[in-house]
Amino acid sequence: MNVAKTIRYGAWAAVAVLVAAVSAVTVMKFVQDDVPQAATVQIGGPFELVDGKGQVFTDKNLNGKPTLMFFGFTYCPDVCPTTLSDMQGWIENLGPKADDLNFVFVSVDPERDTPDVIADYVAAFDTRVVPLTGSVDQVKKVVKDYRVYARKVPLDDGDYTMDHTAAVYMLNGDLDFVGTISYQEPEETALPKIRKLLGS
Amino acid sequence: MKTRALLVAAALVAFTGSAALAESIQHGNLTIKDAWTRATPPKAKGGGAFVTITNNGSEDARLTGAVSNYAKRTEIHEMAVNDGVMKMRKLDEGVVIPAGETLELKPGSYHVMFMGLNQPFKMGEELNVTLEFEKAGPVDVTFPVMKMGAKSGKMHH
Ligand SMILES: [Cu+2]
Repeated sequence: MNVAKTIRYGAWAAVAVLVAAVSAVTVMKFVQDDVPQAATVQIGGPFELVDGKGQVFTDKNLNGKPTLMFFGFTYCPDVCPTTLSDMQGWIENLGPKADDLNFVFVSVDPERDTPDVIADYVAAFDTRVVPLTGSVDQVKKVVKDYRVYARKVPLDDGDYTMDHTAAVYMLNGDLDFVGTISYQEPEETALPKIRKLLGS
Repeated sequence: MKTRALLVAAALVAFTGSAALAESIQHGNLTIKDAWTRATPPKAKGGGAFVTITNNGSEDARLTGAVSNYAKRTEIHEMAVNDGVMKMRKLDEGVVIPAGETLELKPGSYHVMFMGLNQPFKMGEELNVTLEFEKAGPVDVTFPVMKMGAKSGKMHH
């Protein structure tokens, strides 16, 4: 089956990117101990996007708190709603501690996910999740800086769908990438990861 | 034989165990059951629906398409998350249900895809979708709408 094959090849490419990314983090940590100014590939960093009200939202708005960040789009039938409902569950489970974290949903499809659209979409799950979108260039930059895989796939009638990274990113208060929570990861392993993120 | 005995047993458990299970439809050699979909957030433009199809015949069957009034397009899709990346594709050839086997359209896998929703799906509603099969022809299937982000069609209490 062609689709399966395409998906498989794509997946290997994704593995390569992920492996490169993970080793980059390892290398970076290692390098930082000795030569802080060494130029290395980094995941994450400052960004400028637009929130659900159409207002500028930057990394400064995360207030130095650790962040759970997901990249998706509202045309998504499955991974995005599932992940948002997982997030909602984590928030509920954490109780008041959830206030010490940021929960962020970044659109990889800014052309269709206007602030208005993404605000309503995310709020339907939990208003504590911050909806973010932006100009095509703003989103492109974040996607690149965060080593997110996001690709437009044209459909026969001019429409398109998006391939995108399905994992939730865990960032510490300095916006350093510290790991991911994978798609449909059970709460039994996701929650301890989140609690650890909170403690660090 | 063993499979059939198991199926009968499973059916018995299902019937006695829960009244909430959606009815199963007999369509030629196909048994269609456990159809469900999930509520969509306001302004969401995409939705997926899921169903289990068993091919009791001796020939392979093929689900070639789906038709509904709920979206600009209703299609059969394959989704996969491999090594962290979600990919979704329309299956132009549809999907084969091999003779004697069961195919599950489910989250993270094959699904009926609604693209360009006319309006959100609301929990508690039911969708009427026509599934089209290569040999068996079209059949109308009712898809109950579960809560947003639901992971299965099982009722939540
Ligand atoms: Cu789809």
